[in-house]
Amino acid sequence: MYNFEYQKASSAADAAAKIKAAGEDGKLMAGGMTLIPTLKQRLAQPSALVDLGGAKDLAGIKVEGNAVVIGAMTTHAAVAASKDVQGKIKALAGLAANIGDRQVRHRGTIGGSIANNDPAADYPAAVLALGATIVTNQRKIAADDFFKGMFETALQPGEIITAVSFPVPEKAGYVKFPNPASRYAVVGVFVAKTGGGVRVGVTGAGNSGVFRAHKMEEALSKDFSAKAIEGMHPPADAMNADIHASAEYRAHLVGVMAKRAIAAAG
Amino acid sequence: MAPNDVGSTGIGAAVRRREDFRFLTGRGTYTDDINRPNQTHAVLLRSPHAHAEIVAIDAKAAKASPGVVAVFTGEDFKAINGLPCGWLVHGKNNTPMVEPKHPILADGRVRHVGDPVAVVIAETKDQARDAAEKIAVTYKELPAIVDMKAALKGGGTPVHDAAATNLCFDWELGDKAATDAAFAKAAHVTKLDLVNNRLVPNAMEPRAAIGDFDRATGEYTLYTTSQNPHVIRLLMGAFVLGIPEHKLRVVAPDVGGGFGSKIYHYAEEAIVTWAAKQVGRPVKWTSERSEAFMSDAHGRDHVTHVELALDKDGKFLGMRCETLANMGAYLSTFAPCIPTYLHGTLLAGNYATPAIYTNVKAVFTNTVPVDAYRGAGRPEATFQIERLIDKAARELKTDPAELRRKNYIKPDQFPYQTPVALVYDIGNYDATLDQVLKLSDAAGYAQRKAASKAKGKLRGRGIASYIEACGIAPSNVVGSLGARAGLYEAATVRVNPTGNVVVFTGSHSHGQGHETTFAQVVSDMLGIPMEQVEISHGDTNRVPFGMGTYGSRSLAVGGTAIVKSLEKIIAKSKKIAAHMLEAAEADIEFKDGKFTVAGTDKSKTFGEIALAAYVPHKYPLETVEPGLDETSFYDPKNFTFPAGCYVCEVEIDPETGVVEVQSFSAADDFGRIVNPMIVEGQVHGGLVQGIGQALLETCVYDKDGQLQTGSYMDYTMPRAGDVPSFKVAHSVTACTHNPLGVKGCGEAGAIGAPPTVINAIVDALSEYGVTHIDMPATPNRIWKAIQDAKAARH
Ligand SMILES: Cc1cc2nc3c(=O)[nH]c(=O)nc-3n(C[C@H](O)[C@H](O)[C@H](O)COP(=O)(O)OP(=O)(O)OC[C@H]3O[C@@H](n4cnc5c(N)ncnc54)[C@H](O)[C@@H]3O)c2cc1C
Repeated sequence: MYNFEYQKASSAADAAAKIKAAGEDGKLMAGGMTLIPTLKQRLAQPSALVDLGGAKDLAGIKVEGNAVVIGAMTTHAAVAASKDVQGKIKALAGLAANIGDRQVRHRGTIGGSIANNDPAADYPAAVLALGATIVTNQRKIAADDFFKGMFETALQPGEIITAVSFPVPEKAGYVKFPNPASRYAVVGVFVAKTGGGVRVGVTGAGNSGVFRAHKMEEALSKDFSAKAIEGMHPPADAMNADIHASAEYRAHLVGVMAKRAIAAAG
Repeated sequence: MAPNDVGSTGIGAAVRRREDFRFLTGRGTYTDDINRPNQTHAVLLRSPHAHAEIVAIDAKAAKASPGVVAVFTGEDFKAINGLPCGWLVHGKNNTPMVEPKHPILADGRVRHVGDPVAVVIAETKDQARDAAEKIAVTYKELPAIVDMKAALKGGGTPVHDAAATNLCFDWELGDKAATDAAFAKAAHVTKLDLVNNRLVPNAMEPRAAIGDFDRATGEYTLYTTSQNPHVIRLLMGAFVLGIPEHKLRVVAPDVGGGFGSKIYHYAEEAIVTWAAKQVGRPVKWTSERSEAFMSDAHGRDHVTHVELALDKDGKFLGMRCETLANMGAYLSTFAPCIPTYLHGTLLAGNYATPAIYTNVKAVFTNTVPVDAYRGAGRPEATFQIERLIDKAARELKTDPAELRRKNYIKPDQFPYQTPVALVYDIGNYDATLDQVLKLSDAAGYAQRKAASKAKGKLRGRGIASYIEACGIAPSNVVGSLGARAGLYEAATVRVNPTGNVVVFTGSHSHGQGHETTFAQVVSDMLGIPMEQVEISHGDTNRVPFGMGTYGSRSLAVGGTAIVKSLEKIIAKSKKIAAHMLEAAEADIEFKDGKFTVAGTDKSKTFGEIALAAYVPHKYPLETVEPGLDETSFYDPKNFTFPAGCYVCEVEIDPETGVVEVQSFSAADDFGRIVNPMIVEGQVHGGLVQGIGQALLETCVYDKDGQLQTGSYMDYTMPRAGDVPSFKVAHSVTACTHNPLGVKGCGEAGAIGAPPTVINAIVDALSEYGVTHIDMPATPNRIWKAIQDAKAARH
């Protein structure tokens, strides 16, 4: 780890001021589950770290109208345990409960996960499929406009995610095929049915990050059943490949996980 | 409890491990817990390339970096010997293996990712890291040699100039003509190509070393994470740095697991010891986990073709195999003996196969050196034999358990001379087979298979037998095979004046529970409670000598050395007792901690004898020396041969290829058992590692020699949730040539589990026509095997 200046923000506004003052080489830190290993391996050299851990206004879960609003600093464990999330969007609580391991779930946050946009992270699939809105200290960003390929998002330098607002669906299901080593998603499919139709978010699989499976969405909008997408899967050449899963296998798994997500949605 | 009632701590008692209190409460003392006054910290700069020439190293900026004490490169080690290899294998026509220098720091060429190039010594570890980044190394990259078959074709720059086709040795064992003749008359021949996947050992505690030099006495001390501190003293002192034994102390304190990877003498040990004198201060190095992946010796990595000849009744006539064994970039301490004398000699397995021939080619590649890893050679042999027999059974449509039974060496055939050099002293393979069939509820299998099918799952059942050669080994035998050391063990039993006992053993404990098991042996033989016994190990200045812990040898060899010393203690005590009781020595009986004149109630306790030995007032001083302290060296007469039979049931999701191990039953014969709880724990650990190899673990290099599995993000360690609750049982045939009748249990699980699991998977997939699957049987591989089999049918 290289040396850096450590600053603890007391609120979202304080964090915004501190990160602005830190300039180009400043970095926000949430749970640190991605950032700290990066620092330890000397892959990043921020001049200052602004720790969001003390910003109480960034954590917590509220039900607002027909939406569940989750503060950026809410940990995966808190989302998994929340009665509100369990009651309104059970699939989202289940997703959070299966992220990484116990230690990671008690440190990692929804804001950190989404800002990082790891192509194998779980939350992005839910954010896309549920048509969530990402709330920052500057604006509101629709899910469809937020994720920009692997590790890239619409966030501007210094912009802070404050919350994610999830509309409550009629039905939703998430099933992932975990990487046996890291437990990240080799393939994860989130299926959500709302008044507006069906959306399918796929993570882990695509070679340019999280994506929506539009053909499946069309088929499911007509008939929300596993049968409706039997045999459907994205083309292998749009898939990622690594030592754990070939592109063909990933494409196949998208189909299998989608069917299982529908079954899980009930 | 009566003073001498040791029933609860004697041989056979399931005593809880006494060492666990300090381990579980964080009170262990590991190498990294030790800090020497005025200590400095070393960081190694390692090669990012698999194969490259070092054109230039500019360390000026590093030397000027804050806190830096010294920077050393290969240039500084030019005049120092390389790391020695402890075993010289001769191949066909008595050709000695190619044995290139293994420099401490790269000497003009780097040969694997992680090969150490320079060392920075600084006031703090972070300062050393900062400085290491400032060393500018100019490399000229060379094509990497990764694939063994391609390597043997030669071409390009070989890994070592002395081996143009990267061949280290071409070794054979067995009667080729007799084996070929057996195949010529065979009614059926089964053939199989298989890979034994490369593994990274991953002990929980990473390696660490501290070098210290005392200018007043000229004595060096090395604290290191070793399974065998005396071996390190010998290898490093005599062969590398030229430090005589009396000026070199090696301490291996608590060590958090080794699995073989901490047997070897590593460059870092020599670097910190040598540098401590150069900089005049202690030097500490602790490996990081990602460093461990590219610098701890790896295990396995064989590519094999194997064939079995059977007669019309299913009797084995002959077996032959061709193996390529990866040595990696340099020869690690015991590397050459693993695919030869710990692998080729095991190819008879549990079977009376009359003719066996094997050929092993050892190959240099631009990868981390490969050496012994839990099982070492024996898992590779067992995997070949047991996969091959299973395939034969399937081809002949016979029950795989009965095909094995038909060919087992039978109890009345022992001692049994195999066609591949070993003589098995004793065993009963039918007994372990019967036991495992019962344990695994063979009778209820059809019902379980139907239940799985109803859920849409494929169920498979696999069986495998194994035998291993443990308790290594008779020194004259291994000497004739190329070992450059003896393989005896030493022990001192020191009885103190008030009757308590300290045992100094050369068998190092790093997870095996010796501090408990050895104390039970003492408790049992001397009739004193275990609390009065301390086991001391791991320090060359305390223990007389030791060859260390590996190959499941500690109890069979190290334990026997303790027994020999205890026998001497008892014999001497009888002389003292006879004098004190005014009886003839022949009339003294020793039982339950008491020396009694036969047929009388006149007796002395062990404690009274001990006191007399140190306060020799009424004592036979003319014939018996005072004191009660005895040392023995024990050289085993033969290997020991633990054996067993395992059954595993798996369920496979045909849609995803995911395997779930539903049950695993193990029936072992480890000879006599001192502590059944510890033995069961050793079996569990071995099984988890074996299942890990079969399903999860694999070390992958890409074609450029870059390590693809360099962290736990990609290298899959088995977790508790990956294995079922094990069913274990054992039967006993006592080893015939050591006094305890013990054989060893540390490696069995890792040897027997891989073929058992793969046999179960192939059984489950047999309805698709799948006949083999390589390890690890990942979901992707299984799914692909199903797709390929389906495609082949159309
Ligand atoms: C062993 C392991 C296993 C894991 N397994 C999974 C898994 O199965 N599935 C999964 O989805 N994830 C997994 N993760 C990732 C983890 O769950 C976290 O979500 C992730 O590390 C990021 O969250 P964090 O709070 O730790 O963010 P940090 O590491 O603190 O930050 C990550 C990045 O986001 C930025 N950032 C953080 N908060 C904000 C904010 N409010 N506004 C703007 N930018 C911000 C930071 O500047 C940084 O660039 C795993 C991680 C580990 C270490």
